[in-house]
Order: sequence, then C-alpha cells, then structure tokens
Amino acid sequence: MFLGHVITVQQLYGQLLIGLINGSFYALLSLGLAVIFGMLNIVNFAHGALYMMGAFCAYFLLQEFGLNYWWALIGAPLIVGAFGALLERAMIVRLRGLDPLYSLLLTFGLALVIQGLFQAYFGASGKPYAIPPQLSGAHNLGFMFLPNYRAWVIVFSAFVCFATWFLIEKTRLGAYLRAATENPTMTRAFGLNVPRMITLTYGFGVGLAALAGVLAAPINQVRPGMGADIIAVVFAVVVIGGMGSILGSIVTGFALGVVEGLTKVFYPEASNTVVFVIMAVVLLIKPAGLFGKVA
Amino acid sequence: MAEAAASTLAVSGLQAWYGESHILHGVDFEVRPGEVVTLLGRNGAGKTTTLKAIMGIVGKRRGSVAFAGRETIGLSSDRIARLGLAICPEERAIFASLSVRENLLLPPRVAPTGGLTLDRIFALFPNLAERLASGGGKLSGGEQQMLAIARILRTGARFLMLDEPTEGLAPVIIRHIGRTIAELKREGFTILLVEQNFRFAATVADRYYVMEHGKIVDAFANSELAANMEKLHERLGV
Repeated sequence: MFLGHVITVQQLYGQLLIGLINGSFYALLSLGLAVIFGMLNIVNFAHGALYMMGAFCAYFLLQEFGLNYWWALIGAPLIVGAFGALLERAMIVRLRGLDPLYSLLLTFGLALVIQGLFQAYFGASGKPYAIPPQLSGAHNLGFMFLPNYRAWVIVFSAFVCFATWFLIEKTRLGAYLRAATENPTMTRAFGLNVPRMITLTYGFGVGLAALAGVLAAPINQVRPGMGADIIAVVFAVVVIGGMGSILGSIVTGFALGVVEGLTKVFYPEASNTVVFVIMAVVLLIKPAGLFGKVA
Repeated sequence: MAEAAASTLAVSGLQAWYGESHILHGVDFEVRPGEVVTLLGRNGAGKTTTLKAIMGIVGKRRGSVAFAGRETIGLSSDRIARLGLAICPEERAIFASLSVRENLLLPPRVAPTGGLTLDRIFALFPNLAERLASGGGKLSGGEQQMLAIARILRTGARFLMLDEPTEGLAPVIIRHIGRTIAELKREGFTILLVEQNFRFAATVADRYYVMEHGKIVDAFANSELAANMEKLHERLGV
C-alpha cells in the first residue's frame, strides 16, 4: 500500500502544506492569466517573467528604498501592473484583430527579453529576501508545526482570489468587464471606453502576477529564472480549469497544488509530471476544461 | 448652421465596407428632430449596415454623418454614443454573462437629464421588473427586445436606431412595441427604424426611404404610402 516506503503523518501534512502553498501560487497566477485571456483573448506568455519582476520589485524596494515587505505587497503590484499597462498600450494593442498567434509570439518574446535582462544584470543565482518579522515563527497545531509565513501565504492568496472573483462577478465594475469580454463592439457602442478597460485589465492581471511574486520572495529565492520554472505548470492549470473561467482557475490552482503534494508523498517519481498527465486526460475528455464553457 | 442643426441627422455620400465587401455605395438621407423615419428594403440592401455605419461599428466608412450639425464620420463608437445616439441591434445583443438588472444598468448616462427613470421604464415594460435577477440569456425573444430598448432609454440618448424590433415576435408583443414607439415619439425622441414589416412601420413612421444595393432609391411620406404600395411590393419582392 505504501509503494515501497513508509510514510509518516508528518510527511503527509508537510507535503499537504507545501501543496497548498504551491496551489496558492498556481491559483493567483492562473487567475491573472484567466482574466487577461477572457478580456484580451491572448495567452500572456510573459506572465512568469512579470511574476519574477514582482519578486525583484520587492527586493529593490527593500534594498534601495528601505521599504519593507508590507510596502512591497502594495507597491510591487502597482509598479509592475503599471509596467504591464504600458506594454499593452505600446505593443500588445497593435496586434489586436490579428491572428492570436502573433500576440502569443510577442508575449513569449517579451518573457525571454525580460528574463534575459534580469539574468544579465543579476546572474542566475538568487537574492535572499527575509520573511517579515511579524510573520516569522510557527504555531504548534499538535499534529504538525505550521510556519506562520506559510499560513499567511495560503490565507492571503485565498482572500485575494475570492476578492477578485467577487469584483468580477458581483460588482458594477465587474459587469463592465464581463460585458466587454462577451461583446466588446456593443459595449463600446453604449459609450464605454473599451480600449481603456482592456489596458487596465491587462495591468490588473499583471498586478496579480507581481503580487504572487512578492508572496514567493521569502519562500523561494528571488531569481531571474523563477518565472520560467513555474509557468509551465501554471499553463497546465489554466488548461485544466478552462481558459476564461475565473472560478475554474482558482479552484483548479489550489486543487492541483494539493494533488502535486500528495503525489510527492505516495509516488514521488511522478510529482513533476502528474499535473501534465491530468492536463492530457482533461484535454481528451473535456477539451474546454473542467469549468470551461464550450464555445 | 441653423439648417444643419434642424436636421438631427444628415447622412451624405456614406460608404461602408465589411472587410473587402463594399456594402454602402453612397447613402444620402436625413432625419429631422422628433421624426420617425423608416428604412425599407430587401434583405441585403444595406439597411442594417447603414445603422451600424452611423453608430461607427462597421469596419470602414467614408462620407459624412452629421449629428446635430457635428461631423461624426471619424469618431469612435463610444464617442458617438456619448453624443446621444443609441442603437438597438437586430440581434438585440443582450449580454448572457450579465443579469437582466446588470444589462439594464450597463450603458452609462450620456445626458445628465432626459434619461428615463427606472420607474418610468418599468411602467413601459412591466415584465422586466419581474425578471431583474434572471441571467440575460434566459429571456424570451420578446423580453430580450424589450430589455434592448429599455437599456438605451435609460441613457438619455434622444436619437434611437431600432433594427427590426418586431422580428420574430408574437403579435401582442409587436403591438406593445408599437405603443412604446408612439409614446417615445410623443415625448420628442427621434427614431430611425429599419423594418421589413411595413404594416407595423405604417403605424409609427412619418417618412420612408427605400434602399437597394447600398443606395437610397426612393423616398416618400407616410401619407403617400398607399399610393406607393405597388411600387414597394415590386421593389421588396413581397
């Protein structure tokens, strides 16, 4: 039953925790991708690089300006989000109406350029970023030790995901977004400035990626390659969840993080590939994704 | 200048393309304030394209579209909407991912006064009040049509373009829409109507233009409709 090795309860809970942490990042990143894909109909291959920029932004804010983690949590998404809005205005908008393949190539190229620049400047090794003192330490839950920072990452990510879902599904602003996603021509014909909404939406999706980067900085090291490492799994999550589905990306992100964690306990050899195997299966059974709407 | 302002809408030499297809070949007509003008013509004559070109939602257009004396041919559709024009498209374009209430409240107010209040709208369309929480995609054809009209009435736009508002609807709903248009006319709205059903159009229209192959080929007043019936039957093939 244990496939050749003994599993302790500690190991199980430990891996579940790691799974939830990873799931938090998968959820935040795939949420940003889903929001961008829904509105702009482009697959934002630059997403991983922008996540990395968020982490580096937190590092910079601390190194150069002495602004701590809490400032970075607000500042990095705003700064990197603004950068994203600039990218949209300057480059992505020019490919509107063309084959989506062009946007794909553009954002892929941007990812390589951004990562290359950071790597050229900082080298491939990582910069350290300390856990903020308010979140250091751990709580003894009896069945395991729960590091405070990791608990924070999970809870805060879940909150941000829920808040984004609520904003999109339940508010007036979200109604504008959903309308512009469904029928941009008519939405514009009612007097709404759809091009501006598109720019802001891209900026918002990028901001979510940067936020994930800040959350990741104390856990992983701040490295130019950190985006590239995670982005493949995130795309698999998005495909499994359904490309434009907000709820799908959140639920699938957390769920697949946990699945990955459990796989590491019971069958570690498969833990790197289990998400992609699931993706292949989902594509064969329900190509639109688990929560996707068939066009 | 006074003459230009007296024409709420003056279209001159309007050409329009969908991609490579050249649909409008120089459309000329005008709509005066408070009028209900109907565009008649066969399928494919260019009636819908004309409305879309005025609203700025076709691919490419040339010529002149002057609204209240102001040239709009180069403006984007959101700027045109904010001048006080509104379109109710043939496909109604109700957003399925929004509730009925969200659909109704979506278009922003383009005039600070003059938009109908919600009370007034529910008085005109009682069914909508009951369906506010439903998803936009769950409405019947008649309910969708009423919502599509109600939506633009809230904005304060005084120049309405209605594309086949009675298409596919039951007679009782068609009569309701007829009464609504008559009521709007009494309140001073200006309406450009596209209708295949000219028996319906005759109950509300002041003037008609007939379109063929992307051009206006005939024009007459409502009082002359009977006299033109035979010619119309020939042109429209009905």
